[in-house]
Amino acid sequence: MDSSGDEASRILCEIEKLKLAKSELEHRISALQARLGDLNEVVTEEEKDPSYRLPALINGEELGHGLSPDMIYRYSRHLLLSSFGVQGQSSLVKSSILVVGAGGLGAPALLYLAACGVGRIGIVDHDVVELNNLHRQIIHTEAFIGRSKVESAAAACHAVNSTVQIEEHKEALRTSNALEIMSKYDIVVDATDNVPSRYMISDCCVVLGKPLVSGAALGLEGQLTVYNHNGGPCYRCLFPMPPPTTACQSCSDSGVLGVVPGIIGCLQALEAIKVATAIGEPLSGRMLLLDSLTSRIRIVKIRGRCLECDACGDNAVFTQQLFRDFDYEKFTQTPLTRLPLKLNLLADDARISTGEYKEKVMNGEAHLLVDVRPAHHFKIVSLPKSLNIPLPSLESKLTEISSALKREEEQTNSGSGASLYVVCRRGNDSQRAVQYLHKMGFTAARDIIGGIEAWARDVDPSFPTY
Amino acid sequence: MQLTVEFGGGLELLCQSVKIHSIDVDVPAEKGKLTMRNLLSWIRTNLIKERPEMFMKGDTVRPGVLVLVNDCDWELTGQLDTTLEEKDVVVFISTLHGG
Repeated sequence: MDSSGDEASRILCEIEKLKLAKSELEHRISALQARLGDLNEVVTEEEKDPSYRLPALINGEELGHGLSPDMIYRYSRHLLLSSFGVQGQSSLVKSSILVVGAGGLGAPALLYLAACGVGRIGIVDHDVVELNNLHRQIIHTEAFIGRSKVESAAAACHAVNSTVQIEEHKEALRTSNALEIMSKYDIVVDATDNVPSRYMISDCCVVLGKPLVSGAALGLEGQLTVYNHNGGPCYRCLFPMPPPTTACQSCSDSGVLGVVPGIIGCLQALEAIKVATAIGEPLSGRMLLLDSLTSRIRIVKIRGRCLECDACGDNAVFTQQLFRDFDYEKFTQTPLTRLPLKLNLLADDARISTGEYKEKVMNGEAHLLVDVRPAHHFKIVSLPKSLNIPLPSLESKLTEISSALKREEEQTNSGSGASLYVVCRRGNDSQRAVQYLHKMGFTAARDIIGGIEAWARDVDPSFPTY
Repeated sequence: MQLTVEFGGGLELLCQSVKIHSIDVDVPAEKGKLTMRNLLSWIRTNLIKERPEMFMKGDTVRPGVLVLVNDCDWELTGQLDTTLEEKDVVVFISTLHGG
């Protein structure tokens, strides 16, 4: 024991010594590199011609493009592009871009916009970083969990490029602050995740005359286009009426493959760069559709500006005041900041809490627990002895429920019959299921309030949530 | 008439998660041509297996669905009155909002 302990401490000691030597060497290397850099910048031209006027080279203004020597070096690969060059980079440095949403789309968009040297970048988000964001929102790190997404994103952008000015807007975008915030930027990037925000941002861009780079991603698909630019359509031209709320899925309900918003976010940065520099053909009047499963990208021609559009049409009277007063949540029947739906369809005696259900399990009460979540949810985690019957197939599985109840009764020999409980993820579908079961004669069916999320929160904190 | 019909943005869920359908639709004899109006009603009868209200509203598609005929917005080709030709590709895409 002792000898191996001695050996270990000797090795540790050696490692420490080597680390120290290594860091000394690194210091000397970086000091020499800095000296070399200075020599290259200052001396080479001078040595060739002692009368050469040095100061003229240092100041970017005098070079006629506003790029400092540091900028020339940092952005050299952009400057080497003949179709982009000094002109493109100067335009970028002078531009300002607002990214609304520091999530799956905003993450890569912000990193690229900061890295490429957009002069001023604004970030709007009210949310905090959560562990289940990190598989796709690659701008955030574990160290920022629980902290503001805007702070986290700003720190990451700053770490990539400290010469870019970052403005933090730690608030939800609303009609009351949108005009003020968005008016400070040349271009807006919509990286949000809900319908009312998309209408609101597009309308605000129309009112302020700003181009809008709009991206969306869900599941395994993504979409991208540029609105309100060069006579192209706005969001309302394309979608004059909001979709029914049942058609609006979210990443937190339907899932999303992390790299899909990553791709769309990168493309949003690309389009924003093209608009900012007036180089190339932005995706205006066209839409890009990405189907990641089949690796297909389709670029389709969409309608131009609609003359009858309520926002940007020829006779539209959409003013700043009308914008401020417009109720986007009512228009789309969807809240601007996503709150999980909380239905209340059943009478109190048709529901039990997770705590009460736990009691019944502990007391060995004869019962059947039906889990109405989709099968792939059920595979993630489920309560013991629950029977998975996804809500859409409930109608065809009633006999299965009857026989399972009978089996349960016989096994436990209970005279009063087995109870029927229904559970889901958050306690909405379970209510719908109980409502249906009541109608079909299972009058004693009850739902577990708050679903397995409530179970994890109130009964078993070690129960996985997703 | 041979056509390809594709669904995306989640609309494929209404037809058993199949995205691409090669179909053969009869051209109405009295008109001698097939329009998008005819095709929509054919799709509703033959392809949409559940929740038709998630696909259509009245005699057209519901709000939030883009219709593309040969990669071109049907607004530009005449919407319901667009005349279809042999081998045309018609795409229905539900707009996405996630991010």
